[in-house]
Amino acid sequence: MRFLNQIVAVTRLNILNLPQRIATSVVAIVGVTAVVLVFAAVLSMAKGFERTLTAAGSDDVAIVLRSGATSEMMSGFSHEQTQQIANLPGVRRDGDRPVSSAELFVIVDVPKIKTGKDANVPFRGVDASAFGVRDDVRIVDGRMFETGKNELIVGRGAQLEFAGLETGATVRFGRVDWEVVGAFTAGGSVSESEIWTDTPVLQDAYRRGASYQSVRVRLDSPESFAAFSDALASDPRFDVDVYTERDWYASQAEATAGFIRLLGYPVTFLMAIGAVFGALNSMYASVSSRGTEIATLRALGFGPVAVLVSTIIESTLLALVGGLVGGALAFVVFNGFRVSTLGSSFSQVVFDFAVTPDLLTQGIVVALIIGFVGGFLPALRAARLPVAQALREL
Amino acid sequence: MSEILAELRGVSRSYQKGKEKVEVLHELDMDIPVGDFVAIMGPSGSGKTTLLNMLGGLDRPTSGTVKVGGAELSSMSNNQLSNWRSTHVGFVFQFYNLLPVLTAQKNVELPLLLTNFSAKERAERAAIALDIVGLADRARHRPAELSGGQEQRVAIARAIVSDPTLLLCDEPTGDLDRETADEILKLLQVLNSEHGKTIVMVTHDAQAAEYAKRTLHVDKGQLESRAAA
Ligand SMILES: Nc1ncnc2c1ncn2[C@@H]1O[C@H](COP(=O)(O)OP(=O)(O)O)[C@@H](O)[C@H]1O
Ligand SMILES: [Mg+2]
Repeated sequence: MRFLNQIVAVTRLNILNLPQRIATSVVAIVGVTAVVLVFAAVLSMAKGFERTLTAAGSDDVAIVLRSGATSEMMSGFSHEQTQQIANLPGVRRDGDRPVSSAELFVIVDVPKIKTGKDANVPFRGVDASAFGVRDDVRIVDGRMFETGKNELIVGRGAQLEFAGLETGATVRFGRVDWEVVGAFTAGGSVSESEIWTDTPVLQDAYRRGASYQSVRVRLDSPESFAAFSDALASDPRFDVDVYTERDWYASQAEATAGFIRLLGYPVTFLMAIGAVFGALNSMYASVSSRGTEIATLRALGFGPVAVLVSTIIESTLLALVGGLVGGALAFVVFNGFRVSTLGSSFSQVVFDFAVTPDLLTQGIVVALIIGFVGGFLPALRAARLPVAQALREL
Repeated sequence: MSEILAELRGVSRSYQKGKEKVEVLHELDMDIPVGDFVAIMGPSGSGKTTLLNMLGGLDRPTSGTVKVGGAELSSMSNNQLSNWRSTHVGFVFQFYNLLPVLTAQKNVELPLLLTNFSAKERAERAAIALDIVGLADRARHRPAELSGGQEQRVAIARAIVSDPTLLLCDEPTGDLDRETADEILKLLQVLNSEHGKTIVMVTHDAQAAEYAKRTLHVDKGQLESRAAA
């Protein structure tokens, strides 16, 4: 109790004295703010990316690719194979037809609205069954494309990010002019970054014959995945890899999110070192400006540990303020901030930054660590202050 | 012969100044009986403050022993010394050393934070101390709103609030005019005679020393006694 009294009293004095050292304190706070801001920005980017890619990932949808393919681009199936896959056990049936979608996947260049620079956008050949193997796909503007026509529909994300994809516009992909007839949403998933058209039309335009790149099937239930996967593995006609949609998206997200984090952590670390120096500077200034006061308290009988702890508390509080400001700024500026980036499937993925509570907590922890580290040495100096000498230096 | 409160035996204190070793106190002996009011005089730099710091456990002798109230200060750890100071000794400084951000009341309460008194008891005791020094009506003022003499009174209230036996005053009137100085010195006399405080007061003002019961002079690192005026 007495010890706590001491710490509270000395900490209170430190804080009451703060206005006299406002400049160095603000520098320290701003340093921490910058660290937390950058930390939250980078991680919210990784988080948003992951979230977008896994958002609509279902456990009862399976994606089949050629063995070893790490993206749809590298995969390929004949029409016959897609039919055989669709009729394996575990696949849900709607009447006597399996709920499955054989899809074609090409990449087209579309200029970004912001920069005007071309970026890669997935252009997917689908038919009506594509809606059956995805959750929550809805036409939100215009209408569905008609089969056999050079018409396409554009995901909402792609429409916001890329130029010339407004409903009613005409775009040229693969020596063919296409009419944009509608826009769709897909529950915020990666499909919203895509452009869709009728498979045979796309096969024609890109001279792909009757080939496909992936097969999506709706399973009877998430538990049916094992049966489906076993059937594929044991059938000598196929040499394929199969994923649940959720796992597939997660694996797609992992590489890019991991890469963003790989950049983010060292940057945060380097900035944190800078912020520690800011805190050190501020706290050394604090300790030396309070030399007489600390010595007086020590003469009255206040202990060195109370001085040590309260100095660390002061530094940690300053850093906490910096961290809260940084976190709040990150939330205001970056949460929902929409960008597109190169996904690992070599295509543009449009996603929102996600500044989650979890991330903010991590940012605050980083701030507290900076405060603690930056306060420790000055606190040690304060605690070891030679009292008699400090009292002379009035 | 009355009971001895403080006892210094063969106390030497030297400082390292660059390569040179400067001996400020040299095998100094001193006895301070309970209830004493002793003035310590000597030229600037003669070691008066050093001596006072030894008595208050703020500094350690290079050799020799310091005993106060039966406690052997030279063998105590820094933490033990802190605890000891909080209950056994009150300091009064030339420049008062009040904390500018706190009111007179809160300044006086500071040493009580080191006791087990409740907030209410702390406030009551600080009020009594302020009353003793005649500043009950200035409790809510901050040091900047007080005169030098008033600030020193607050500092004295702070020094006596935890009821120590020993008051150590380092040039308590060094920054005050004659008239104010006399008032402070009379207050110290009252604390000595009516409240039983043993007082050691460093001063280089002969008139101030006259308020003490006896005067000791520091010379060449030793004490020499001259008859009190
Ligand atoms: N920390 C220190 N390092 C070196 N010399 C010191 C230190 N503290 C005091 N001194 C020296 O010790 C001598 C006595 O100092 P002090 O006790 O303050 O004298 P007084 O109070 O009588 O003026 C002075 O010469 C001073 O310079
Ligand atoms: Mg002195």
